[in-house]
Amino acid sequence: MVSAMAEVRSLDHEAIRRQVWEAAAAVPDPEIPVVTVADLGILREVRVEPDGTPVALVTPTYSGCPATRMIEEEVLAAIQLAGFPQARVETVLSPPWTTDWLSAEGREKLRAYGIAPPQTGSNSKRALFGKTSVACPHCGSAETERVSEFGSTPCKALYRCLSCREPFDYFKCL
Amino acid sequence: MVDNNLLFQYLLRLGDDQQILSQRLSEWCGHAPTLEEDLALANIALDLLGQARSLYTYAGEVEGAGRDEDQLAFLRYENEYTNALIVERPNGDFAHTITRQLFYSVYMDLHWNALLSSKDETVRAIAAKAVKEVDYHVRHAAEWVIRLGQGTEESHQRMVEALEEFAIYTGELFEMDDLAQQMFKAGVGVDLTLLRPEWEQQIAAVLGEAGLRMPEVNWMQTGGRSGEHTEHLGHLLCELQYMQRAYPGMTW
Repeated sequence: MVSAMAEVRSLDHEAIRRQVWEAAAAVPDPEIPVVTVADLGILREVRVEPDGTPVALVTPTYSGCPATRMIEEEVLAAIQLAGFPQARVETVLSPPWTTDWLSAEGREKLRAYGIAPPQTGSNSKRALFGKTSVACPHCGSAETERVSEFGSTPCKALYRCLSCREPFDYFKCL
Repeated sequence: MVDNNLLFQYLLRLGDDQQILSQRLSEWCGHAPTLEEDLALANIALDLLGQARSLYTYAGEVEGAGRDEDQLAFLRYENEYTNALIVERPNGDFAHTITRQLFYSVYMDLHWNALLSSKDETVRAIAAKAVKEVDYHVRHAAEWVIRLGQGTEESHQRMVEALEEFAIYTGELFEMDDLAQQMFKAGVGVDLTLLRPEWEQQIAAVLGEAGLRMPEVNWMQTGGRSGEHTEHLGHLLCELQYMQRAYPGMTW
């Protein structure tokens, strides 16, 4: 009897977890609204506490990213709107966010939006400091050059295409 | 078992270094030589601010007196700050700022890397994020030092002057005072003296490529770790803390 009830409850919790994840995952990034917090890998996990309270765990991209606070608020609002007013959002620092967590779909959305997606394998120092070739998101040319490693947001670098001459943002490896 | 009061002071010290340099770098916003540099220095300042926030927040928790990151950042006086003197020095010209960036970023890169094996889980987590950010700061500074060193006669000369000015502030970064010793023994902090040979080697490599060299220094300036600052910190704090002093408890 007890174990049957526990089973029902854990099923409920799984259903809550899934609903909350779906609501949170759809929240767009405030600075690059074409991708969601799930695409970016900022939404790490949703867990449900024994009393049924859902908790969403988010992680910042860069330590000082000013969008972090807004993302937390928007994720919370989305979960509450989905019918979980008691939900909480918590920030976790570890493991540190890496651009390797960007989904394949997220990368494609970035490219279509005009931002060159980060190269994979950014965890390694070699990728961070080796010579990289960034394809132009506009014309696809590999003939591009770095203008600055710092751009309009902490996660982007400035590049320019030597073929079509367009400047573009590169979502830099971290 | 780590003494909470010591851990609190240690976190504040680490936080103060990042916060004060962040404030200094943000003074360049709107004044840097090019738009790209304006963005770069502001971005680096933002990284440092984020690191300071994490450290202050954790410091407030460790202290257990109800102080949060804002109270620690905005409501302490200069003798309560224990940042190294190098970060509070005025920006000077671009060569001065870049020279400080090279000295400090290489130091923090080594420091954060060493803190990756701290016994304190939160310090480890903050270090793991910071170390990836500082890699970019190191490269930014190194590229500029080489560019300025190999640039015009004027840019080279300004680098020589900047190196002269900041060299005497580098010794303090590796000091092992009582607090640093105790935190090292507790497994939280690192033996900073061990970072120095690697730091000297990396700095020499960059300066060598730039056609510059580290000036000979016979003595090192010190005092920041015990709250004895240059005349510049008070002025910096006036600007930094103005809003909270004038409108206590104000929030956005």
